[in-house]
Amino acid sequence: MVAHKTSERYCLGIESTADDFGVGISTFNGKILANISNGYIPKEGGIHPREAARHHAEVADAVLAEALAKAEVKAKDLTLIAFSQGPGLGPCLRTGATVARALASYLNIPLVGVNHSVGHIEIGKLKTGAKDPLTLYVSGGNTMVTAYASGRYRVFGETLDIALGNCLDVFAREAGLKHKKGVPLGAAVEQLAQHGKELVLLPYVVKGMDLSLSGLLTAATTALKKGNCSLEDLCYSLQEHAFSMVTEVTERALAHTEKKEVLLTGGVAANKRLQDMLKFIAGEHDATFNVVPRAFAADNGAMIAWTGILAYTHGLVTPVEESFVRVRWRVDRVDVPWVK
Amino acid sequence: MGEVTLTKLLRKGAEASLFLADWHGRRVVVKTRLPKKYRPEKLDLTIRSYRTIHEPQLMHEAKAAGVPTPTIFMVDVKNAAITMEFVEGKQVKQLLDGLPKTERHDLCVRIGELIAKLHSHGVIHGDLTTSNMILSSEGRLFMVDFGLGEKSNEREAQGVDLHLLKRALQSTHYQFAEECFHDVLKGYMAVLGADAAERILEKVKEIEKRGRYIAERKQDS
Ligand SMILES: Nc1ncnc2c1ncn2[C@@H]1O[C@H](COP(=O)(O)OP(=O)(O)O)[C@@H](O)[C@H]1O
Ligand SMILES: [Mg+2]
Repeated sequence: MVAHKTSERYCLGIESTADDFGVGISTFNGKILANISNGYIPKEGGIHPREAARHHAEVADAVLAEALAKAEVKAKDLTLIAFSQGPGLGPCLRTGATVARALASYLNIPLVGVNHSVGHIEIGKLKTGAKDPLTLYVSGGNTMVTAYASGRYRVFGETLDIALGNCLDVFAREAGLKHKKGVPLGAAVEQLAQHGKELVLLPYVVKGMDLSLSGLLTAATTALKKGNCSLEDLCYSLQEHAFSMVTEVTERALAHTEKKEVLLTGGVAANKRLQDMLKFIAGEHDATFNVVPRAFAADNGAMIAWTGILAYTHGLVTPVEESFVRVRWRVDRVDVPWVK
Repeated sequence: MGEVTLTKLLRKGAEASLFLADWHGRRVVVKTRLPKKYRPEKLDLTIRSYRTIHEPQLMHEAKAAGVPTPTIFMVDVKNAAITMEFVEGKQVKQLLDGLPKTERHDLCVRIGELIAKLHSHGVIHGDLTTSNMILSSEGRLFMVDFGLGEKSNEREAQGVDLHLLKRALQSTHYQFAEECFHDVLKGYMAVLGADAAERILEKVKEIEKRGRYIAERKQDS
């Protein structure tokens, strides 16, 4: 049993924007003491927001208890509660917010609402040491290229339709690949792709620094149903097209901003092939390549806890009456006074 | 076809390398899309040849629509190289923030007018940023970099075009983004009328709302 200094301050962060309910605990100096997640697995098809929300409500107590036990911190020793306030699925966000409000009021400590996308960027910076990166944030719900300028993370490029992770997941489901505990569907595509040999040409749509993935998904799905090419070749081709597109827009943004660090974050960051492509362009522009560690790539509570600390130590709190969830809260609407 | 003598690298753009060259005693620019080694060769070749073929066609159409673009002299698909007129001037990206208010306003209105001309002739630029606009020494406003463009009369494509410009303003000229985009719309409206401008603005707003979780809704149905 490690005894923590009594002077140490802790923040508990709650993440519930989509299919994962996560709780993380961080010290105010950025030591992550616990990061526990429990994911909702749909019986069929995609995420059903209300079912996911029900799942979150059911597992909340157990995940909280497990995180506190893991961190060896007592609830009464917490200084701050952070929660992901948006963007995300309304019912899921509301479940997390309700738990957060209840905890903060019961413990009589401040509450701070965190932007989920900022959370992914900040945990990437904390874990890799990147200071001022151009960030590619790719997950099931988001695909964007951001960099800091004058008080905010500015968006340089993003998807015009579906997110990268979603594109891979939907294809995997169409191909009959199954959801396993702890293994995201996208990882199944990655494994099959490694055995692909023949590149099938599919739609490649880049517009400025934006991209569109829905045409690619439709074409890949159609090819799958026709059955002319192997699943391995299709997984390979889908990945090569989609990753080339995000890499191209990231390189455009890198040339444009002339940042000297590239950060890859979000759930899809765990993909090795995507990492290789980004490492390559970073090298071409004399920038360092940084990738969030696998344990912090997917949606998690630790990133919310850490970003909550950054906000709180820079004078930000969220009064309960302002703690309503923000389903479409864009990253470029958030002031980040802690970034210099 | 004549010999081109490359003299020096003018600029590394978002995608291509631009060389200043001499072609029959004329100063020209050779825009070369060099291979991108991160993507498979087959895909890379397809993308580079496609863009090399399309860019000159769209620049030609743009010119016909009354939008100044560099004159194309030569297209070398095999090497993904386009030889075109050299436009002496400055990128709008470098100029915009330093301009006095009224000049900034006028320039943005002119940008809007040019975009409207493109759109009314079925040309979508595909990469509307202030880097891709050059104010020539004679004061003519040129549009370059049509490689991501397309021929389309659809409001969706036009909306995306303006959305890209709005976002480029927000990320790069954030101090003036709102006022600049407002002025761009003014110019757009002057050419296409208030109704068209209103409809396109609606579209831009709709595009901005997209992104997260749209796919889930599709799957649910
Ligand atoms: N014909 C030209 N004359 C002078 N400068 C040019 C010309 N074409 C492009 N440029 C400059 O070079 C830059 C890069 O060219 P561009 O066609 O935009 O390539 P990229 O696709 O790499 O962005 C432009 O932003 C512009 O400043
Ligand atoms: Mg350009």
